[in-house]
Amino acid sequence: MNVYLKQKIAFSVLFLCTLLVIVPVLVILAIIFVKGMSAIDISFLTEVPIKGMKEGGIFPAILGTLYLVLGAVLFAVPLGVLSAIYLVEYSRENFLSRLVKLAIVNLAGVPSVVYGLFGLGIFVLYFEFGASILSGSLTLGIMILPVIITASREALESVPKSFRIVSLSLGASKWQTIRHSVLPHALPGILTGTILGLGRAAGETAPILFTVAAFYLPKLPTSIFDQTMALPYHLYVISTQVPGIPENVRYGTALVLLLLVLLLNLAAIILRYQFRKRKRW
Amino acid sequence: MVAPEIKISIKDFSIYYGENAALKNLNLDIYKNEIFTIIGPANSGKSSLLQSLNRLNDLTPSYKKEGSIFIDNEDIDNADVESLRRRVSIVFALPFPLPLSIFDNIAYGPRMHGIKSKSKLAKIVEKGLREAYLWDEVKDRLDTPAMNLSGGQQQRLCIARILAVEPEIIMFDEPTSGLDPISTARVEETLRELKERYTIILVTNNVAQAARVGDRTAFLLMGELIELNDTKRLFTMAQDKRTDDYLTGKFG
Repeated sequence: MNVYLKQKIAFSVLFLCTLLVIVPVLVILAIIFVKGMSAIDISFLTEVPIKGMKEGGIFPAILGTLYLVLGAVLFAVPLGVLSAIYLVEYSRENFLSRLVKLAIVNLAGVPSVVYGLFGLGIFVLYFEFGASILSGSLTLGIMILPVIITASREALESVPKSFRIVSLSLGASKWQTIRHSVLPHALPGILTGTILGLGRAAGETAPILFTVAAFYLPKLPTSIFDQTMALPYHLYVISTQVPGIPENVRYGTALVLLLLVLLLNLAAIILRYQFRKRKRW
Repeated sequence: MVAPEIKISIKDFSIYYGENAALKNLNLDIYKNEIFTIIGPANSGKSSLLQSLNRLNDLTPSYKKEGSIFIDNEDIDNADVESLRRRVSIVFALPFPLPLSIFDNIAYGPRMHGIKSKSKLAKIVEKGLREAYLWDEVKDRLDTPAMNLSGGQQQRLCIARILAVEPEIIMFDEPTSGLDPISTARVEETLRELKERYTIILVTNNVAQAARVGDRTAFLLMGELIELNDTKRLFTMAQDKRTDDYLTGKFG
């Protein structure tokens, strides 16, 4: 067969595969948008649910999810970044460091419901935080920790070695070198990891199921020891547990969750863009 | 003639990377305010020696050494490594500007050593750039990225960056291997000027360069010191046949 023809076929196949990836995303977005748009208005976004969730808004769930995501990121990003720094910059390549890296990769593969049970055992019961925003955030934080560590490690490793050597050879200490010559250039990559983690934390149901999420709690949380409603769990509840919820309310809730994640991602992407602009090498 | 003051004293010094010996039982003294050049083909241990002098080699996990190096009669193993690297600076073969502005590149070292005053930093930056003969070319664009400079300018920027930390010894590891002849001439000119105030070690595989700027020259081959003499004498009457062969281009 002609070489050029072969190439054309290969390219076409690759192109089709790429297209296939986009299709489900568009279809999902379209369905949710069309079916849910009619439910969304100001009162839906700002009011508490009433009459057994059949009427009213979903504001407590929106706020709850925001709190949980924020809490998870506040906990997981510093911890993840610092341990990535340790792994990349300080620990020598040996059996222990390989074991730690393997453990982190495996943590990423643990099913989310297992994290939920873990959170229940550790935070809710053992530390007696109860079912609370604190417990839920910590559980979500542990769940996204591997994503953040892995992304941060890759970001740190991609910073050219010459930056470190130049900095050290000018008499900077190791920590100064990391702080001023490595970390600034790894930030975009670290933010990418944070974005991925953020999206996961916002969307997961299982980890918050036992640790924080309230079935029906038509008021706003006042402290981190309060239970709260959260969008993914609320969506599950009104879709499967409570009969008679109008379809557009269910899809509207899904749409809000989707938009919330997109919005959080967008914020992180803009932030990353700002950092990238400064990166020149 | 007064006996020259010894700045660096290398005693029975060997370097190993894993099983491989990169440098074998080296003994030599380097005098204050001289340009000491080290020549030799690739893999003769020249760069390894430089990286040992400011302990950058400590970063290489497989690195092992025997023997000692004394700077001003102090064993460098006992020195605080950060201040050692301040005193013993290195200019690499490739210019490695940090992805910062010209100003920030040169202010990097002083900032790390705790200088915060803007006016003080500005003075240090200007002084460094002037001494590296770069000031006139960049004085109007100090806040532009250093990566935008030409190769020769970048190398002089690296020299200015080192001068800003006020070292005592400056090591050049084939500083002109990636430069054009004009940039090379400027760097060599800088070397001669710097010699007045600093002790300079120049590693080069450009034999002619050693002849042009070196006060004394050592010839290393496969990790062994073959011959060491005043540059003029080494080039005109090499004692060892291998030195002669290398200098006349029979191998290398």
